[in-house]
Amino acid sequence: MSVLVDNDTRLAVAGITGKEGAFHTLNNKRYGTNVVGGVTPGKGGQNVEGIPVFDSWGEVARASQPNTAMIFVPPRFAADSILEAAAAGVELVIAITEGIPAHDELRVYNTLKRDHPGTRLIGPNCPGILSPGKANVGIIPASFFKEGNVGVVSRSGTLTYQIGNEIAQAGFGCSSIVGIGGDPVPGSSFVDVIELFEADPETELIVLSGEIGGAAEEEAAEYIAASVTKPVIAYIAGFTAPAGKQMGHAGAIVSGSAGTAKAKADALEARGVRVGRTPTEVAELAVDVLSGVGLTDGQRDSTDAGRAGAQAR
Amino acid sequence: MDLLEYQGKQLFARHGLKVSDGEAVTTVEDAVAAANKVGYPVVVKAQVLIGGRGKAGGVKLADDEARAREHAENILGMDIKGHTVRTLWIEHASDIATEYYASVLLDRSEKQPLVIFSVEGGVEIEQVAQDSPEKLIRRHVDGLNGLSRQQAVEIATEGGAEEDVIEGVADALTALYEVWTTEDALLAEINPLIVTPDREVKALDAKVTLDGNALYRHPENQGLSDSENEDPIERRAKEQGVQYVALDGDIGILGNGAGLVMSTLDVVAGAGGRPANFLDAGGGSDAGKVKQAVELILANDAVKAVLFNIFGGITRCDEVARGLIAAFAEIQPTVPFVVRLDGTNDVQGRELLEQASLPNVHPAKTMDEAAEKVVALAAERSVESAGAGV
Repeated sequence: MSVLVDNDTRLAVAGITGKEGAFHTLNNKRYGTNVVGGVTPGKGGQNVEGIPVFDSWGEVARASQPNTAMIFVPPRFAADSILEAAAAGVELVIAITEGIPAHDELRVYNTLKRDHPGTRLIGPNCPGILSPGKANVGIIPASFFKEGNVGVVSRSGTLTYQIGNEIAQAGFGCSSIVGIGGDPVPGSSFVDVIELFEADPETELIVLSGEIGGAAEEEAAEYIAASVTKPVIAYIAGFTAPAGKQMGHAGAIVSGSAGTAKAKADALEARGVRVGRTPTEVAELAVDVLSGVGLTDGQRDSTDAGRAGAQAR
Repeated sequence: MDLLEYQGKQLFARHGLKVSDGEAVTTVEDAVAAANKVGYPVVVKAQVLIGGRGKAGGVKLADDEARAREHAENILGMDIKGHTVRTLWIEHASDIATEYYASVLLDRSEKQPLVIFSVEGGVEIEQVAQDSPEKLIRRHVDGLNGLSRQQAVEIATEGGAEEDVIEGVADALTALYEVWTTEDALLAEINPLIVTPDREVKALDAKVTLDGNALYRHPENQGLSDSENEDPIERRAKEQGVQYVALDGDIGILGNGAGLVMSTLDVVAGAGGRPANFLDAGGGSDAGKVKQAVELILANDAVKAVLFNIFGGITRCDEVARGLIAAFAEIQPTVPFVVRLDGTNDVQGRELLEQASLPNVHPAKTMDEAAEKVVALAAERSVESAGAGV
């Protein structure tokens, strides 16, 4: 198993005819993702290396029945493309686009909630989702991740590759890597994705990679304490970030005394989540837990002991 | 993008919020002329993007031309917590009966606009929230439908506004909400929102943050910012489209991806070093881009050593290495560089660097190792320069 994308994924891509959109769509296809169509207004009837292009989400939905949408269009068109995909009945929309105005993101989030509750949005400003060995939707370089039992959820791209690569080098792999994005109003939160990992039988350990700004990590800490039985390890970036400065991501900003890395790490640790101080330490903690996690039913006891130990440290 | 008080007030006025007449000036003579025009008494207010202007002596009342001149002379050029005052806002002084607080902001947790109103104005609102939360009202607004008149009146009433100004406060809240939505603001705050003795409700201050990602639909707001007080390297980086934030240390940092760069700053600090900047080189890795980034980092004289931390995903390490070699040929930096290349084509990248044998470039395989190396090199340089100074 894995979460969100897998062998059943039927992907259609908005912005497939753009340079970046085409490059990454074909990359995803080469990985084995089932790409069933693309959307570019005015370019319906064309194809991108055999992938049919349509003028609208309505058309691609009728012709190719995608269950997953990837949004690669420029920021000023992205909000409407997301809503159009949702209106066409696509259940999962993954928005890679960076630079969407916050008010547009707010409108998208609340419109989906009100009018299209069956659609889940991941991103925007995210690297996408990779389920190793099954499907890759987005720009995550698959070569750094192996198949395995770690579920990774992150607000940042390269930092996730860094952590995933170190885990892979230690001989472990991932069930899914979900980038929720670095913007102020993400479609899905840490809590939403952790809920999926908790329910996914393949995932044995959850790694959360957060950063300054907002309170999503604090909310995740509450949720983990209340509802998660699997071990969780966290990393928080931005301890040295000055207040009031946006650190690259639109959402990575300490406002007054709110949203600091320390507050997030403290909230997580107060609820038994181990927080690595460097990406390397996160990988080491993950390997510790995984080494203690039994892979057979007969080792269940030691698994639970390992988990308890992990949470206590 | 944070606006100066007077820029915020101009936005407020555009949306029907009452503000005092005033003028933004940059010289003493213009300040005096503005004071004479708006009529005494006037307030001379330093325009800087930092709180505590009043305490620092940057806000003064003047009853006549002589005092206005004196205050303008004193405040222009004044340093307020590292911000040099280059602009003054001269406005007609208001009589104040009561001070309230009002703001509209994006609640990232609820993913809705949040209106805050308090009868405890003129003080830090975080302090009010802590000390007397009963004096503060927070109401979420349905962002798809906007703030209704009824809700604005409810907020004013339940928030404890005096009976005879409830309509006036509701008007102000409605206008403030309009500023927030139509100008693509992330924050629109009035502190204090005053009631005058003749019961007029007015914005005496303005704190507005606009969404930089939405500026394309507000060409009229594009020139607004405190550009004169911006760090000159940050300004240059912005013009070049590079994500750069100035910090106060001596180790230049470059990485790819915002999260990785933030993490790099932390790891360097953890190793005992002090980062001089945040620079996200993004996905590009060609020589031109690398050169541009190196030039930005070295434009800061405080930089004693530089750390290049690349985890190649889409970015290929061999391309970064080529970019670095080409950049070095042109710039010939004098400070040591620690270069950590990991990820896609890292082996080729490290080989290229080795073959080029760039002067004073130290390879590192891991982030932790790279951080330790660069901290040691920066410390050596500090000792050297201290020695040279004696």
